[in-house]
Amino acid sequence: MSTTTLRDWLLTDTPSSRAQAAWGRRYRLWCDFRANPLAMAGLIVTVLLIAVSLLAPWLATHDPGAQNLANRLARPSAAHWLGTDELGRDIYSRVLYGGRVTLGMVVAVVVLVAPLGLAVGCIAGYVGGVADRVLMRVTDVFLAFPRLILALAFVAAIKPGVTSAIAAIALTAWPPYARLARAETMMIRSSDYIAAVRLTGAAKARIILRHVAPMCLGSLIVRVTLDMSSIILTAASLGFLGMGAQPPSPEWGAMIATARRFILDQWWVPTIPGIAIFVASLAFNLLGDGLRDVLDPKQR
Amino acid sequence: MSKRKRLGTLAATAASVPITLFGLVLVTFLIGRVMPIDPVLAIVGDRAPMDVVEQTRLELGLDRPLPVQFVIYVGKLLQGDLGRSVMTSHTVGADIRHFFPATLELATVAILIAALIGIPLGVLAAVKQGTRTDHIIRVLCLAGHSLPIFVLALLSLLVFYATLGWAPGPGRQDVVFDDMVPAVTNLLTVDALLAGDWEVFRDAVAHLLQPAGVLAYFSMAYIARMTRAFMLDSLSGEYVITARAKGLSAARVIWKHAFGNISVRLITVLALTYAGLLEGAVVTETVFSWPGLGLYLTVSLLNADMNAVLGATLVVGLTYLALNLFADAAYRLMDPRVK
Amino acid sequence: MLVEIENLTVSFPTPQGMSHAVRGVSLTLGAEKMGIVGESGSGKSLTARSILRLLPENARIAADKLTFDGIDVLRAREGAMRAIRGKRAGLILQDPKYSLNPVMTAGEQIAEAWRTHRKGSRREALSAAVDLLAQVQIRDPRRVAEAYPHELSGGMGQRVMIAMMLAPDPEMLIADEPTSALDATVQAEILRLLEDLVSRRGMALILISHDLPLVSHFCDRVLVMYAGRIVEELRAGDLTHAQHAYTRGLLDCLPTLSHPKPRLPVMVRDPAWLS
Repeated sequence: MSTTTLRDWLLTDTPSSRAQAAWGRRYRLWCDFRANPLAMAGLIVTVLLIAVSLLAPWLATHDPGAQNLANRLARPSAAHWLGTDELGRDIYSRVLYGGRVTLGMVVAVVVLVAPLGLAVGCIAGYVGGVADRVLMRVTDVFLAFPRLILALAFVAAIKPGVTSAIAAIALTAWPPYARLARAETMMIRSSDYIAAVRLTGAAKARIILRHVAPMCLGSLIVRVTLDMSSIILTAASLGFLGMGAQPPSPEWGAMIATARRFILDQWWVPTIPGIAIFVASLAFNLLGDGLRDVLDPKQR
Repeated sequence: MSKRKRLGTLAATAASVPITLFGLVLVTFLIGRVMPIDPVLAIVGDRAPMDVVEQTRLELGLDRPLPVQFVIYVGKLLQGDLGRSVMTSHTVGADIRHFFPATLELATVAILIAALIGIPLGVLAAVKQGTRTDHIIRVLCLAGHSLPIFVLALLSLLVFYATLGWAPGPGRQDVVFDDMVPAVTNLLTVDALLAGDWEVFRDAVAHLLQPAGVLAYFSMAYIARMTRAFMLDSLSGEYVITARAKGLSAARVIWKHAFGNISVRLITVLALTYAGLLEGAVVTETVFSWPGLGLYLTVSLLNADMNAVLGATLVVGLTYLALNLFADAAYRLMDPRVK
Repeated sequence: MLVEIENLTVSFPTPQGMSHAVRGVSLTLGAEKMGIVGESGSGKSLTARSILRLLPENARIAADKLTFDGIDVLRAREGAMRAIRGKRAGLILQDPKYSLNPVMTAGEQIAEAWRTHRKGSRREALSAAVDLLAQVQIRDPRRVAEAYPHELSGGMGQRVMIAMMLAPDPEMLIADEPTSALDATVQAEILRLLEDLVSRRGMALILISHDLPLVSHFCDRVLVMYAGRIVEELRAGDLTHAQHAYTRGLLDCLPTLSHPKPRLPVMVRDPAWLS
């Protein structure tokens, strides 16, 4: 199939199958998305970040842990593209490997949190009654703490490290998803097509799983993408405060924490991982913004 | 909705507060109890003789079952007893009274800066939607959202303190001014004014502006973003066409009619942002050595001073809750529409 | 002539190129009551709002001539337009639920219109507002003046809207589907009130609607619009003499009590109408 006929097939007003209609819809969304240069920039940077993190072992010029005390705090040069840190480690290689830590944490948190939030929200919203009240009261308690502070207290209680940082962020991140899914579910629940499905005798679980949850996905995806930047920032803040990934791990926040005393003389040492955090977080923000315009135009 | 009915729903919200409060206390209690560090050893030190350790354990009630411990914990909380900080050897209550005003001062100045800049920027972006002005403001806001606050703080120190020399260094005041004015409110600027000491006041303001500015940029981004979104919504309202059809000036259409419709929602946003500043304050205070609750919290964390950590966390949680409640109340009482 | 329009076009940029919503409309209006009828998207609203230059921001507007009392609307400064809007020509929108400012009382909104164009104190403006509310036959004007829009019924809201637009004593009123959002019983009341006020003050009226018989009942003449053009102009009494197939189709679609049909007829559209 040549590109023009594929495009026609996608954009036709009279699709001949369900799959064609679905793909046509997706293609139209993609066209809308593509028209937004900021969102495209976000997408490209995000994809690049993921690629670079995955390919870090091949792209790195040095071992991220290799110390060379004779060459500490060196300026950027041909040998060390972004200079070296206080132990003479190559900053460029460390930033690449740091991407793995950060993105790994983000993925772990999202995988833990999004399904949980969706499930809690859909059940609370659809079933209502006592279950709803109890679940929402629990989210209230978690929402009553600023995220970073609750995470800090949790990590301190367990033991500083990547795993507990993930657990702590996850614990503080799920309530907003549950709230969102619940609000959507309440709206969907009273719609006619749910009444129709109910009339056919479908079970509650089936209605929630097949008819309610998929409708919440759009806004959930938007929320998750926008949230990724705040997960990155929380993870980096935990690292910076010494409660997240521990040195010598090349996590960006921890790198800044160990290098912050050089800010006045060798400013690039703490600044470069700072830029890395900024770029990653900005990319997800731009992507999320663009997705929201396309998938969820009502809420700006 | 009648005023009475509105007050009724407000009362319902207020009634849910104790439940949330209870959850808050329970969560902090549980965090304290899963702590791998033995609270007894943290107090008496690990070289203390066995019988002292045992004695302290009994005094703290740690031999009893968890629910009993929780009741004791709540009982002490109700008396305002948050325990003693190992690190400062003061009671946590006294510590918080000492450190919290510094954070309050920082956060208040920050929210003022953020609102005074963020709201007009948001309105401007909405009015000029789709133009270059709008794009620049949007990117500026997204940058604020994406920049870790500690990086911004470090860069600010590098530029304004080390390179340009415009700002004084870290801390709340110059050492020469230490204890120059009596601590009445513990808000240094207010205390200096009360004492009529202009030099201390000027020094305090100078020290305040940099961390507050850093904190403000972060919140400004959020405020501007929300203002823009609300204004876009409001500007597309039919009543804006009505206002224009009446022959009103552009300024009056924008500020009186479009903005007038979002001001209540903005108060909510401001209250929530103010609460969020407490979070940013933890990191900012660490970078600027600002002797506030955030710094107290992190230092206690690193020293495993659990009473202090829990006390500070609880106070932050309470403040957060109070601000949320305020936002809710503002919304219900000030918006004439049915909600 | 109060309003003169020659070859007006209004278009909007879309990803697929320019979309033309009004395509070469010409009309003149004196101190008379004129109706514009057409379906949604026929361009009737845009045509009327062009006179006040109150179009959506992305609209592109062009005309050989577009004047209000000799003032060139396309080239007038914003300040000159503001002196027309409200002061000389008012605009009544469809649904008072959305067109009244929800966080200002009815009295404040009317007083604001009054004060913008007449010199006077706040007190005078508020008493003028109560007076105007009485003129639009509101029984308890003092109470209504203090009410917020959501506390008023649709019919009351629309009376407030009319009072607001009458406050500066304009020469012309544009009523953009003023009764479409109201109950059928209230519709007639509001239209009668509007007609009465307009006739008594000797104002010009543009009444926009999709209800052909209703409009012809209240207006001196009726313009029928279809797809951005005027396809037919009728004297109010001549409805039965309509020539254009679209107008005839509209009239045929009306159900009648005297000759009930088993199925309602559906408009059959001729692509030639678009050319």
